Amino acid sequence: MDTIIQGKAYVLGKNIDTDQIIPAEHLVYSLSDPEEVKLYGKYALSGVPLEQAGLPEGKIPFVEEGQFTSPYSFIIGGPNFGCGSSREHAPFALKVAGAKAIIAESYARIFYRNCVDGGFVIPYETTQQLNKTVMTGDELSLDMEKNTLTNLTQNITYELRPLGDVVNIVQAGGIFEYARKNDLMASSSEA
Amino acid sequence: MAQTITQKIFAKAANRKFVDPGQSVWLNVDVLLTHDVCGPPTFDIFKQEFGPDAKVWDPEKVVVLPDHYIFTANEHAHRNIDLLRKFAAEQHLPNYYDVGTDRYRGVCHVALAEEGFNLPGTVLFGTDSHTCTSGAFGMFGSGIGNTDAAFILGTGKLWEKVPDSMKFTFEGQMPEYLTAKDLILQILGDIGTDGATYRAMEFDGEAVYSLPIDERMTLCNMAIEAGGMNGIIAADAVTEAFVKARTSKPYEIFQSDPDAQYHSMYRYNVEKLEPVVAQPHSPDNRATVRSVAGTPITKSYIGSCTGGKITDFRLAAKILKGKKVAVTTNIVPATVLVASQLENEMYDGQTLRHIFEEAGCNIALPSCAACLGGPSDTVGRSVDNDVVVSTTNRNFPGRMGSKMAGVYLASPLTAAASAVTGKLTDPRDFL
Repeated sequence: MDTIIQGKAYVLGKNIDTDQIIPAEHLVYSLSDPEEVKLYGKYALSGVPLEQAGLPEGKIPFVEEGQFTSPYSFIIGGPNFGCGSSREHAPFALKVAGAKAIIAESYARIFYRNCVDGGFVIPYETTQQLNKTVMTGDELSLDMEKNTLTNLTQNITYELRPLGDVVNIVQAGGIFEYARKNDLMASSSEA
Repeated sequence: MAQTITQKIFAKAANRKFVDPGQSVWLNVDVLLTHDVCGPPTFDIFKQEFGPDAKVWDPEKVVVLPDHYIFTANEHAHRNIDLLRKFAAEQHLPNYYDVGTDRYRGVCHVALAEEGFNLPGTVLFGTDSHTCTSGAFGMFGSGIGNTDAAFILGTGKLWEKVPDSMKFTFEGQMPEYLTAKDLILQILGDIGTDGATYRAMEFDGEAVYSLPIDERMTLCNMAIEAGGMNGIIAADAVTEAFVKARTSKPYEIFQSDPDAQYHSMYRYNVEKLEPVVAQPHSPDNRATVRSVAGTPITKSYIGSCTGGKITDFRLAAKILKGKKVAVTTNIVPATVLVASQLENEMYDGQTLRHIFEEAGCNIALPSCAACLGGPSDTVGRSVDNDVVVSTTNRNFPGRMGSKMAGVYLASPLTAAASAVTGKLTDPRDFL
């Protein structure tokens, strides 16, 4: 996989729960039919209240009306990103919309597992309140080897927490690819 | 080596003598739960990864309970049920509870208990974040996504990090105006929606053990609202009586060692606690009902895995008996069994159902209904700027339907008292 990802930032607040990422009324579409899958892109982050969508100014949709993908590759969040339900449709929707990585202060466990095990988006943690300094639309560059995020618009580089144990699953592209590579599918007694 | 109850269950499921918090282990899974929202995509991933003719690891251990989008005209929702039906038939799953048949049960977490799938000492994973509800039976229950569930379907195993445990002890005698919902909202206000992320929440104390099993389920249900991996209450005689009445399967009871290590410990005296709500838009936004009393509401909702069990309706009936509701009030029994209990149980000379009907409530069919919004024709869904007092478990923006609406999470006593006055009301005013 690429070790450098570059693109625009979309900034959100704290406690972005899975109902805001993909509202429950949209969970009925197929995750395998290509035409229906597009709808997950269309409605990604559509549950975020308008004034909190695309900070600091707000009222910026992640996906424009009538579109199925987003111009933003990075989502910058605060603490407890992805709290709420177990719906894997949430990281799936972000991926379909075109998001590559999330940079947040912390994650809810199930959402984090879903991002990693399903190979959808890369969940990086930061010790800084990046959602207070990065602005929606800033051009960012993520270096996965150095674990740094550079804000090209503001000319600042931030340190990120290394992915740790899960880096191997992220690099493999998900838990199934990882398990096959490591011969874990048949019988698994150690991790 | 001293261990908590959660560590002991992990050790057993990983075939070890003991496990340390932070260690990653592969667990043998006793039950995998799924429902109509996350079942179809889970089955898709299973077939994609294990092959079109693959068989699930153990058909007896897969429980499929459609409950989320059942009573709707939405054709996609109906298609999901068809996909469950097809998979259950192909795989010969004996524990499929099809809607539209006499096997239909209702909300999965409550039905698991009724059907005897909750067994002390066992490991349950489910494609629903509130799978932690089952921890009320002294077992490990936790929510997962479709990919992890598909992995279990094929292998019967899943990796997890052993969690640190937090202990919450409730001392004293439960006053009649307090419920399990008040206790868990108290904790949420103290530790926040990420206060227990990746940890076990263990509940203990005289007041907890005085609660019936469905109230204990409410405590464990909302562990996820603090980010908890699981909630857990060690099994006692109440648990055993409930389990033995429903199944003859073997189980093992674990207790935390007295010198087990905890991440943190909290003690409360229930006699000093008050009825509380979680204000919009977060389950940790706690306030005493007294401090927000008088806030006008547009709807009251008594239902869900947290608030639609028989004890919840017994409590609501105490307040609604002989009164009229001032706002639209939806009564949503969690399961078919609870719905039949509303018909049969008497309070002060009337059935619970009669009390609710006379009070002017709408009584809905058993399912998740508007707890999580759902398709636009879902009963009880919030619209526009609704202000809802609700016995459900989550009030982030848009949860019950409209992202302009505000939801106050409350006990069934508070939801019933507020329904009568049309504004947030402390249940002590009616007791």
